[in-house]
Amino acid sequence: MTNETPHPFTTSRYTSYRRIALLGLICLISFVVALSSGNIDISFAELFNLFDENANPLHAQVVLELRLPRMTHAFSTGALLALAGALMQVLLRNPLADPYILGISGGAAFAALLAIVFGLVGLSVSVAAFIGAMSAMLLVFGLSRGQGSWTASRLLLTGVVLASGWGAAISFILSIAPDNKLRSLIFWLMGDLSFASNIWPALITLVIGFVICLYFARNLNVLSLGAEQAQSLGLAINRFRWQLYLLASIMTAMAVVQAGSVGFIGLIIPHLLRLIGLRDYRLLIPAAVLAGGGLLVFADTVARSAFTDASLPVGVLTAAMGVPIFIFLLYRGVKSV
Amino acid sequence: MTAQQQKTISPHIECTEMQLTIAGRVLYDNINLSLNPGEIWAVLGLNGAGKTTLLHTLAGIRPVGAGQIMINNKPIEQWTRIELAKQVGLLLQTQQDPFPGKVIEHVLIGRHPHLRAMQWESQQDYQLAQQALSMVGLTNFENRSLQTLSGGEYQRMVIAMVLVQQPNCFLLDEPVNHLDWQHQHQILNTLVTIANKQSSSILMALHDVNLAARYCSHCLMLFDDGEIAMGKTTDLLDSERLEQLYHTPITTIDSPHGQVFIPN
Repeated sequence: MTNETPHPFTTSRYTSYRRIALLGLICLISFVVALSSGNIDISFAELFNLFDENANPLHAQVVLELRLPRMTHAFSTGALLALAGALMQVLLRNPLADPYILGISGGAAFAALLAIVFGLVGLSVSVAAFIGAMSAMLLVFGLSRGQGSWTASRLLLTGVVLASGWGAAISFILSIAPDNKLRSLIFWLMGDLSFASNIWPALITLVIGFVICLYFARNLNVLSLGAEQAQSLGLAINRFRWQLYLLASIMTAMAVVQAGSVGFIGLIIPHLLRLIGLRDYRLLIPAAVLAGGGLLVFADTVARSAFTDASLPVGVLTAAMGVPIFIFLLYRGVKSV
Repeated sequence: MTAQQQKTISPHIECTEMQLTIAGRVLYDNINLSLNPGEIWAVLGLNGAGKTTLLHTLAGIRPVGAGQIMINNKPIEQWTRIELAKQVGLLLQTQQDPFPGKVIEHVLIGRHPHLRAMQWESQQDYQLAQQALSMVGLTNFENRSLQTLSGGEYQRMVIAMVLVQQPNCFLLDEPVNHLDWQHQHQILNTLVTIANKQSSSILMALHDVNLAARYCSHCLMLFDDGEIAMGKTTDLLDSERLEQLYHTPITTIDSPHGQVFIPN
């Protein structure tokens, strides 16, 4: 123990670290719950002794081959969406921005539905969705660049207009699709993790994206003050905005490909973290991974185990959990000012 | 020692035959301006005369129409953004922050050009921010939320941000905007002290001629017919030129603090 009094500056940073650690703990709990619940109940104690000699081999198989991959999916999807949402909110300088706002998910959904209607399944649907997402991204970017001026409002308007175009195209497909395909189409649109097959693409995207975001984190603080202020503080904004857009799009595309349009996480997680005081992006970025990933793991666990005979689309659950939490924090925040 | 002398002799900003354009229209041609260490310049002119355009061009966030800008003897286009931000600090006229946080967090963002990627602000940076806040009269405002600040308090906070940026040259767009008399003089005195102590240079757009007369060593007048006048404040400021500048009849009164100009 030193008798040096801790400086208020470091103290406040430690408070933030403690909050991130708490999010990490919540995240771990969500992992344990996700691995233990489902059609076959596996107790926590059994979970920790899974590799013992006398453990039930069926249970081990269920955990390792079904639940662990699905949990990984849920975590990486949620984390990707939360990160992409935070980036989009800075890029567009708009608190209502979310990963889907520029129509990236619209393009993905359109391509995926088209693939499903034409009878493709599994990996081909994912590939189609990814191609759709990237095409949508290039379309928005190409159109909003125009004569080289690249303002947040121009990008936002272009994206929103194209997103409603995708919406119309999706409705068109739904209206002409044969009845036997409708259910899987709608599940795709509402967000569903049971389509996911290979865990690695999204997980690798998440790790790389997270590292890049952390590296960029202070630039995000600077850019959120506006283009002119950011430039005068030494940020090369054209290049940086390009990078942000590309990164957010790829992360969104990867999430959409895995899980369809899981609403809400990308919008509320960054705000939720700001409401608990994590406004600095150096803190918000790691917190977003934990909170976004954790929330989707919880939501997916409930979605697949709430009803024994059917599973819900996870998007329904994220909204059902996210709305009350968000309103509670917002209301509490207003009162304490 | 010679390096030190070199530094004090060379101008922070020097522009030769610079052309100021806005939306393709030429505002001023052939501006030759040199901003030397310790000098405090006022930019005077009507609304829309091009004061902001000038400041933004010198800060490198607008392309120059023609001619050349040298920052510390190096052409502006050869500076990287981050190195340029250590030379030139810009105070914008309008501020926006969609996710307002605490005062101290905001002010510390001004340290950005001095930190490496991934580096956190140190205790020294924090103390610098505290000093800057006290210089602008915002002691104990550290943990206040930006939403609770008044217009003048916000303006002073943004000035604190450019102070912690510690550039050689300050380009300030209406720094006393929203400020009451007490704080107008406090801020300008602070800036004069910094310019004298650290041999910084300051170029600021002002609307109050009397503040320019009192605090600025030099003046740059942007007339709306494309003419420019510049020089020492004492030589340049007279009622005739000001009438031409502002298209308003002006009376000069002698006061204990020098000449005072008032519109008739």
